Amino acid sequence: MSLLSIKDLKVSFKTRRGDVDAVRGVSLEVAKGEVLGIVGESGSGKSVTSYALMRLLESNGRITGGALTYGGIDLRTVRESTMRDLRGREISMIFQNPRAALNPIRKVGHQIEDVLRRHAKATRSNARSEAIKALEAVRIRDAEARYNAYPFELSGGMCQRIVIALALACDPKLLIADEPTTGLDITTQKAVMDLIAELITERGMSAMVITHDLGLAAQYCGRIAVMKDGEVVEEGDAERLFAAPRHAYTRKLVDATPRAGASVRSLLPVDLRSPAPVLTPSEAPLLDVRDLVKTYQGKSGPVHAVKGISFTVKKGQSVGLVGESGCGKSTTSSILVRLADPTSGEILFNGEDLAKTPAKAFARDTRRSRIQMVFQDATDSFNPRHTARHSIGEPLARLTGLSGTHRRARIEELADLVGLPRPLLDRFPHQLSGGQKARVGIARAIAVDPDFLILDEPTAALDVSIQAIVLNLLVDLRARLGISYLFVSHDLHVVRLLCDHVIVMRDGEIVEEGPADKLMEMPAHPYTQELLAAAPAPPVLAEPASSAAE
Amino acid sequence: MSDLAASTPKTDGALAHVVYVLRSNPVTLLAFSMFAVLLVAAILGPVLVPYDPLASNAALALQPPSFDHWFGTDNLGRDVFSRVIVAARLDLAISVAAVALSFLIGSVLGSIAGYWGGWLDAVLNRLFDTIMAFPLFVLAMGIVAALGNTVENIVYATAVINIPFYARLVRAEVNIRRDSGFAQAAKLAGNSDVRVLALHIFPNALPPMMVQVSLNLGWAILNAAGLSFIGLGVRPPTAEWGIMVAEGANFIVSGEWWLAIFPGFALMFAVFTFNLLGDGLRDIVDPRQRS
Amino acid sequence: MAGRLSTVGLRITHAIPVILGVVVVSFLLTRALPGDPAVYFAGAAADEQSIAEIRTALGLDKPLMEQFLIYAGDVITGNLGNSLSTGQPVLQDLANRLPASLELTLTALLLSCGIAIPLGVLAATRPGSAVDHLCRVLVTAGVSLPTFFTGVVLIYVFYYLLGIAPSPLGRLDFIYIEPDRVTGFYLIDAAIAGDWETWTGALKQLVLPATTLALFTLAPLARMTRAAMLSALSSDYIRTARAAGLTEDKVLFTYAFRNALLPVITTLGMVFSFTLGANVLVEKVFAWPGIGSYAVEALVVSDYAAVQGFVLAMALLFVALNLVIDLTYTLIDPRIGFETK
Repeated sequence: MSLLSIKDLKVSFKTRRGDVDAVRGVSLEVAKGEVLGIVGESGSGKSVTSYALMRLLESNGRITGGALTYGGIDLRTVRESTMRDLRGREISMIFQNPRAALNPIRKVGHQIEDVLRRHAKATRSNARSEAIKALEAVRIRDAEARYNAYPFELSGGMCQRIVIALALACDPKLLIADEPTTGLDITTQKAVMDLIAELITERGMSAMVITHDLGLAAQYCGRIAVMKDGEVVEEGDAERLFAAPRHAYTRKLVDATPRAGASVRSLLPVDLRSPAPVLTPSEAPLLDVRDLVKTYQGKSGPVHAVKGISFTVKKGQSVGLVGESGCGKSTTSSILVRLADPTSGEILFNGEDLAKTPAKAFARDTRRSRIQMVFQDATDSFNPRHTARHSIGEPLARLTGLSGTHRRARIEELADLVGLPRPLLDRFPHQLSGGQKARVGIARAIAVDPDFLILDEPTAALDVSIQAIVLNLLVDLRARLGISYLFVSHDLHVVRLLCDHVIVMRDGEIVEEGPADKLMEMPAHPYTQELLAAAPAPPVLAEPASSAAE
Repeated sequence: MSDLAASTPKTDGALAHVVYVLRSNPVTLLAFSMFAVLLVAAILGPVLVPYDPLASNAALALQPPSFDHWFGTDNLGRDVFSRVIVAARLDLAISVAAVALSFLIGSVLGSIAGYWGGWLDAVLNRLFDTIMAFPLFVLAMGIVAALGNTVENIVYATAVINIPFYARLVRAEVNIRRDSGFAQAAKLAGNSDVRVLALHIFPNALPPMMVQVSLNLGWAILNAAGLSFIGLGVRPPTAEWGIMVAEGANFIVSGEWWLAIFPGFALMFAVFTFNLLGDGLRDIVDPRQRS
Repeated sequence: MAGRLSTVGLRITHAIPVILGVVVVSFLLTRALPGDPAVYFAGAAADEQSIAEIRTALGLDKPLMEQFLIYAGDVITGNLGNSLSTGQPVLQDLANRLPASLELTLTALLLSCGIAIPLGVLAATRPGSAVDHLCRVLVTAGVSLPTFFTGVVLIYVFYYLLGIAPSPLGRLDFIYIEPDRVTGFYLIDAAIAGDWETWTGALKQLVLPATTLALFTLAPLARMTRAAMLSALSSDYIRTARAAGLTEDKVLFTYAFRNALLPVITTLGMVFSFTLGANVLVEKVFAWPGIGSYAVEALVVSDYAAVQGFVLAMALLFVALNLVIDLTYTLIDPRIGFETK
């Protein structure tokens, strides 16, 4: 008999624009000891399903139909007080953004005690030692000291361990993990997921892992349900789902998930796979970075963000810059795009040292239009008061002097080039989807025909299917316009798809660089090996559909 | 820059947007109608009122409200209704002038402090700390007492005590956007720091500032009326709501309520209007409200 | 704990430049008088000789910096000059009248906190309910109330119409005898003396002015409490607490309310500022013999030393209150010490 059964669940939200059905008839089963993965893109209703079964929906949300049964208990009709007894003791939950998930002004030890005391797993006298035991259970070293810490004193990974300790303190039988590693660094992500998997096996729990990352689900879950628009479109064994997806949407997701052995075209649905352009970077250097150093004054002494790095980008080449948060890749890119000044070092661009012109004065430099950038957060990078047309037109107006109908024509040409329907040009950023904003951001960056484009995690916030399209667009643009790229990312799989050459950074230093294929196949540095090992590894596809496009 | 967006649809859009905001929120519509009433009283007041607000008539002193004198007459036989309406101009003028001054000065100082930071920010912060270290009404009393008892000085005093609010707000709003993607993108598009600040960052601080402006207009009126209530600034026989309440207060214990109540209600009406106006103003200057 | 203590020390040292700034501003205010400040400080009835005396006393013939040092020295030693109207040192007048103001202000604040905070919490936990609507109406109407006008209306209704309030003249009706001065707070002094008749009399006088003042501060407090509570309730850690099955009481008080208290405490600073200002108006309306009405009377007769002494005293009082607020905040929020390091 299954531990949890969801039958034909329907959830709708009251909004200002009427009722919105977030979950439309979902049926799922979780057996004892089973780990079920629920995979879907944003808005698929995967999180709402889990909140509904915990009865923790926001006040405007309501279960409108279906049945929820846990161990014979009808979760839909049971009294709220019984439900509270179940939460934390029978069914527990861990969340994304772990730091926010903890009470900021209460010691983490006390927060765990609250749960233990609530479910009578500890008394006043032994609460402290039980809480420390719970911390030790999630492999926290020096648990006594951590007991007295506040969340702001701990790293994101450590906070997630605390959240897990809190969730598992009372030995629940079912664990729901809602995007438990989103926002964490890739090596931390692996550590946290391994810990969760280990604890699940150790305690014989069942679990539901909700994620947008098909690769991650495949690695840690036995069975996967794929959700789209509030419905489960396909459900099955992880291996089978990857090897032979039955539903078109699953097929699309599987294809779009970057993995070893894939090409950038193979991320697209089969019918959109045109032959990939042939790219031939020249040997002439475009950008030559020498001994770049950035040190700034932090609250506790100087921070060495970049410690003297050197590398070269050739004309027409695409170089990937990879590293985890705090490795100095963002600092490097903002120095190269001339928004910040280096402490020392040279930035030779076509032989001229750009570092000699201070960032402040570079806005009016004639070389401003040569180097442009596509920003990470598409929402944040647009002035909310400007339409897409205005945003794309701004660099044209300031840097090219193009005006009137010429500028209008150029803006429309750019829209066509990036595949943005022209009517969308007059929309404000908040009226555009993530993918559309990414296109506008690219159009703006290439508007003035730059020679060098810095792409700062341009797809990090996008769903995988949109990411696939944007990555392909970038490949096509590079072929058509002959631009050189510096692609900044934390994801080695994505970098490999787009780059000829890869640079790996850690703590402000370059630990390894080399041709993309070689670096990925035979990483020399232990850190590169660690990064590669930490990336979720979806099963390699062996059937013809994906290799056909090569 | 103006030709970036085709100009005709934009003005159309702005007007349509105002109509949309007014239509979608009945409270905003009510606030704007009340504001219109205030404006009419302030602009046309002296033409509309039935009696000369300064003409006294001892024979008609302390008459309760009647058909002839809707709000009754005061101890000198002046028509309270006429005085209440005529006073709107002075009270609105003081508050609008004071808020405009503090908006301008506060925006400039706050933008500079928020964008460039450094020692300038530190100095300005100290200055604002010092102003805020006084209970604001008490500081206004001190300033008017020191500078001299005139209407202009009431405006200056009210402006001074409000500057820190704007400066702090603008500083915070500018500061969070200083390194935002769109500010960086604007620099990449060839805009200088000053242009980025003035054309890209500052306009985005407007929506929260509009809420502050409308709250401040209310405070400014209360502040000015409070000062004249204790005998600072506006002097009798000028018609002004604060003074009229002060004068009327002497008669309240003997039951002549209309002297103080009507100007008091006018004052409340004005402050209430401004407080309601805030959200509507914000929605109008905020493009994210467009759908 | 050592970190916490040093934070507290740091907060106290932060107050020093503010106090310095306050003294500079009040010095500038005394010197900003148009014409010869000595003439203003000597008053209308002064002759040549007394003006000359004042001029020497203020050091007006010396350079501005030296004048400031003299002024600062005077402030430190408590010499705020003499009041023209009472003939007493300003400091002594203020000290005599301060308890009256404090009794009024503190009663009003207790009253408004006691109503506003529970109201805000209730409104936030029951959005859309009757309490929520009541809260909204109170908040919008409350900020529109001119204090002096509320006072006048209350007098009209409760004294003239209903006749249940005593005449709005001072702290105690003349039929009662002032209690022996211990704290200067009539309610406390009368209680110490065991004179419950006087205590009731003092309370009756206090009710209307305190209500007037409380009504004024109710709105910002209730609004902030509601907003802070709503934002706390919608935060991730509340979801975690609920998902862990904690009881609703625990979630509301230990988790949400304590976090919501932080912005409310910050608002208290602003509310104090308003209250101290509004205090002046309320004292005038109710002929309350505190430092506010002292300043108003001084203004009428152009008694500048008294007015400026009052401004300075109010500012110092406010700085002290803000310091208390800061310290409370530091004690509640563990993150503060971390940020300042």
